[in-house]
Amino acid sequence: MIHHLLVRILICRGKQRSPDSTKMVEMLFQQNTRQNGRPMVGPYRENNINTRRGDQWSPAQYKILVYNNRILKVRKMIVDKIKKREPSAKNKTSNIDIPVGKWIKCDKCKEIVYKDDVRENLSICPNCGHYFRMHINRRLKMILDEDTYKKFDINIDTNNPLEIEEYPKKLKALREKTGLQEAVACGTGKINGEEVVICVMDSGFMMGSMGVVVGEKITYAIEQAIALKLPLIIFCVSGGARMQEGIISLMQMAKTTAALTKLDEAGGLYISVLTDPTYGGVTASFASLGDIVLAEPGAMIGFAGQRVIEQTIGESLPEGFQTAEFLLEHGFIDKIVERKDLKETLYKLIQYHKGGSGNV
Amino acid sequence: MSNTKITAWEKVEIARNPKRPTALDYIEQIFDEFIELHGDRAFKDDKAICCGLGKIGTQNFTIIAEQKGRSTKENIERNFGMPNPESYRKAIRFMKQAEKFKRPVITFVDTKGAYPGLGAEERGQGEAIAKSMFEMAKLKVPIIVVVIGEGSSGGALALGVGNKVFMLENAIYSILSPEGFSSILWKDSSRAKEAAEKMKLTAKDLYEFKVIDKIIKEPKVEEKEDFIKKVSKSIKKEITLCISEMNEKNSQEIVEERYQKFRNMGEYKIL
Ligand SMILES: [Zn+2]
Repeated sequence: MIHHLLVRILICRGKQRSPDSTKMVEMLFQQNTRQNGRPMVGPYRENNINTRRGDQWSPAQYKILVYNNRILKVRKMIVDKIKKREPSAKNKTSNIDIPVGKWIKCDKCKEIVYKDDVRENLSICPNCGHYFRMHINRRLKMILDEDTYKKFDINIDTNNPLEIEEYPKKLKALREKTGLQEAVACGTGKINGEEVVICVMDSGFMMGSMGVVVGEKITYAIEQAIALKLPLIIFCVSGGARMQEGIISLMQMAKTTAALTKLDEAGGLYISVLTDPTYGGVTASFASLGDIVLAEPGAMIGFAGQRVIEQTIGESLPEGFQTAEFLLEHGFIDKIVERKDLKETLYKLIQYHKGGSGNV
Repeated sequence: MSNTKITAWEKVEIARNPKRPTALDYIEQIFDEFIELHGDRAFKDDKAICCGLGKIGTQNFTIIAEQKGRSTKENIERNFGMPNPESYRKAIRFMKQAEKFKRPVITFVDTKGAYPGLGAEERGQGEAIAKSMFEMAKLKVPIIVVVIGEGSSGGALALGVGNKVFMLENAIYSILSPEGFSSILWKDSSRAKEAAEKMKLTAKDLYEFKVIDKIIKEPKVEEKEDFIKKVSKSIKKEITLCISEMNEKNSQEIVEERYQKFRNMGEYKIL
């Protein structure tokens, strides 16, 4: 966590402190940033005394805070240097937690934060609490019990129905870059011992868009949930139907939706988890059709994109429009669940649906 | 083929032509009578989708149609045929009644897309479309879809999950508008013409993709009165034929046939 940063900063400044004082600082930072083994939100923040209600700060921790402020100033200088050196870092890193080098810029607070700190913190910005988008592998690790994920044996690829020359090239490049075959991973796994069918989408792969591969894999997963009599959980993140496959992508909305009618009739439980962002044809199909629809805080969720709406109505959109909180208020999701509570919440919900006619 | 030389972009223009007949123009001709019924029973009567009852001979139908306006005034009333969520919820209400009273459903698709507005989002446009497809996918009576003009995006597909999908020769059916396609794919909305050729949105393309089941020919000269009569006659013929076939099947077969059609949408390579 932050002590790495501190040491790094001191090294950078060419003024490494004596081993003793470094050790002390490390220890105090550990106290400062971790509580009950859980990383705390906000250790970078200058006024972080009030960031968490009910936190009791010891005198030693206050000392650290003062020290922290000094570190922050030094850090800012370094960050400024990095910004100058890597002017493209902003575009490359965007909101996705695949950082350029060791640093990543938070889209919300615009701070450049240390990549490992974000990863250790469930891909949440340690500065402002903003949720970064998660790679499939990290999401699976977060939700499933260790070594329980078994991916379905379904290896398919698009036929490139519109014969767009650049499309296969783009897919190939993305496969190399992300280590993913497509924008969704499907398989079975366990949540606190409860076996489930799980699908996780990834915004890093063509914005999680749904073409024939995503549509077929989701449909297959739904069919497996019926056959294996297991609950189905889909983590949604998507810009919508995939342009490059034209009408074939659009038809995947009907395909996945039709498959869900079968799961419904079989009495199976389907929990849809909406993460940032979930839009278009995915919102207008399986994402909205969960028996229970959960969402992560602050996730952007909608049918039409914000720019399209602005152009149509000719005015700017109200604050908080299309956020998970907005959808909750308007009755379209059941519950907003913090990332740290997702696994436990899913487990509890599954327990409530046992003993029905269906798949749990 | 009468119109083989028409390019995809020209078809886009034909499909969008404000003088092109709308759903109600065909409905008047196809059915012996049409009784429009209103409202979603929850929020309002959104007029971008018209619902009602009609008959051909002794056969009753539930009719659900995306309706563009035939004048500026009507277009404003009907929101230029772009449905709000209430329209889809009204459609769902009539689908369920059709099932209850064992009437086949005929839908007419003609929209630029579901309306992208503030209220539409507040009231769950995505959920409404998803639910409409969901209900169609499991409906125990036959559904025939006729794409008559512009079938654009999820707003069109929301009424598109039918046992049979017919499409007029110069209608289009696509993931989104060519303008949207080119601006997303090439970051340049002025390349819409090029996009239209690329998108495979014509009836012929969609027939080859097995997305639609039948192309309904259009007369060459678009002389309005005659055009509506001729096209309506063709649609009526196809509906009658199709329903007499489907009357042989039980409800389980009808649902399964529709399910398999959409389950198999889109070919792919096995690696
Ligand atoms: Zn932040």
